[in-house]
Parts: sequence; C-alpha cells; structure tokens
Amino acid sequence: MKGNIYLYILVMAAVTYLIRMLPLTLIRKEIKNPFLRSFLHYVPYATLSAMTFPAILYSTASPVSAALGFLGAAVLAYLGKSLVCVAGCACVIVYAAELIL
Amino acid sequence: MSLQTSDQTEEWKAGLHDGLPICLGYFAVAFAFGIQAKSAGLTAFQAALMSLTNLTSAGQFAALELIAAGAPYFEMALTQFVINLRYCLMSCALSQKIKKGTAPAHRFGIAFGVTDEIFGVSVCRPKALTPAYSYGLMAVAIPGWTAGTLFGVIAGDLLPASVINALGIAIYGMFLAIIIPAARQERPVLAVVLCAVALSTIFYYVPVLSAVSSGFRIILITLVVAGGAALLFPVPDEDEAGSK
Repeated sequence: MKGNIYLYILVMAAVTYLIRMLPLTLIRKEIKNPFLRSFLHYVPYATLSAMTFPAILYSTASPVSAALGFLGAAVLAYLGKSLVCVAGCACVIVYAAELIL
Repeated sequence: MSLQTSDQTEEWKAGLHDGLPICLGYFAVAFAFGIQAKSAGLTAFQAALMSLTNLTSAGQFAALELIAAGAPYFEMALTQFVINLRYCLMSCALSQKIKKGTAPAHRFGIAFGVTDEIFGVSVCRPKALTPAYSYGLMAVAIPGWTAGTLFGVIAGDLLPASVINALGIAIYGMFLAIIIPAARQERPVLAVVLCAVALSTIFYYVPVLSAVSSGFRIILITLVVAGGAALLFPVPDEDEAGSK
C-alpha cells in the first residue's frame, strides 16, 4: 500500500457525493419535456431489473438455492406482499434450501 | 404546525419501516465487504469510515483493489466516477419526485442517501418524496451498511456462512417486490423489465460484453431501455391536475 488510506477514502466520498448531489440540487424545476418525463419514469424499472438479473443467481452459495429464493420472491412480489416480507421470505427459502442441498 | 409535524413523524416512521429490508440486505453485503477490506489491509475503523462516507457497494469493492495496488488518486476518482455514474440518473429521477415546497437545503441531505436500494424504494413509492421519509430510510440503512462492514472486519469468521449466504439475496428480493407489482399494473413497465433483463443477461454471459464493468452496464441498459420505452410509450401527463 503506497497511498494514504484516508486520502483515498476522501477522494472516493467526494466524487460519489458530487455525482449524487449535483443533479438533485441543480434540477429544481419540474421537467416539462414529455420525452424526458417518460424516460425518468422508466429509469428505475430498467435500472433495478438490470441490477437484479442475472446477479440474483450469484447472490448466495449456489445458483440452485438462489433460483429457489428468486422464484419464491417473484411469486410473493406478484401477490403484492411488502418489501420486508418478500426480502425476508427469500432469505428463509435460501437458508432452508442450502440446509437440504 | 402540529399537523405538519405529525405528517413528518408518519413519513419518518414509514421510512424506518421500509428501510428495514435494506438494512438487512446491506448488513450481509457489507459483512462480505468487511472481510475483503481486512484482507486488503484496512483496519476496522478505516473500513467502517469508508462505508459510512461512501455508501456504495460496487465502488467500495473496486476501491479495495486500487488501494491494495497503490493506484494514483486520480485513478481512484475516475473509477468511482464510472462505477457510480448511475447515481446521477437516479438523482435526476428523484429531483422530480421531491415534494413541492421542500426547502432546497434538504436536497443536500437526500443526495447523500442515493443508493440503488434507497432510490428504488423512494422512487417507486406512490407519493411525493419527503425529506423525513428519506432520512428515515437512511437512519436504518446507513447503520446497517456501516455496522455490517465493522463486523465483517472484526468477526468475519464468527457468523455461520449459511446465514451470510442467505442474507445475500435480501436486496434482490426487495428489488423484485418493487419491480414485479409495477410490471403487473403497467404494460410498458413489463416491457421495460423484460428488455432490461434480456440485455443484462446478454451482457453478463457474452464473452466480450461481460468485460464491461457492472456500473457501466447498468447505465447503458438504462439509457437504451428507458429511452426506447419513452419513445414508444410516452407517459401521459397525470400530475397536472392534483396528484396523489
């Protein structure tokens, strides 16, 4: 290790905060442009979907337990269960699956 | 005034409640991060400080390699910029979600908590975003992330692996709970979800494409899919006359 660890942390934190802070503070007004409005409406779903799959399959010890947790969570989510419920049940399913496997 | 205060308390409580699964998921991921930070030579204090001030998973994991390699500071800055640029898109979306009349100073506070998970929960809630709700989410999520890191460094081998493994899926379970109900209600959202999943799978498994960093892959997919959806299915202007 050559650099100063605290300087690294400072650089990281500063860059990351600026990325988060600038759009929020600079865009104060409601965006009227229909394309941009629609784009921003779809952003979260595109982002979250891309982050979830296929990464979810590698989030546990084996793709099999992860796939079971995924299926269980998908069904519960479809039924409109709460975030806590879906996330918690997924964990329990994975835990149980890994005990058995 | 008292009415406003009780509103804020409700929002704060809702934030704490909705933040709980984030906290659990963060704890698991941060625990893994702590273990890795230790092997990269960081002390418990340094690792926890990094988590507290950065609050970003992919960026921090990448930082460990750079620190271990003694990379120059500008390389660290550039790497964080590329990996975390997706937060810029998220902040743009959140800027439209903040409740009218919110004091501008709160934007600096809300900005600190823009993570994949906090963003996902905030933006998909069918209500304007209030600072109290945002701070409620942060008040449980940030300690989960920081404490998870701390425990990972000092007690990496105490918690059974089976528990850590099981907690690893929590964050994704939460994402599903956000995406799927919306996809069920709105056809265009379903199309967005399926396209994003298909592209993400291709990027993940196709040899040359899989070299693209995960942060950049997410930005690219978001731009293409959300852009395409905006062209094909423009959202009607529903907020004009008295929104929820």
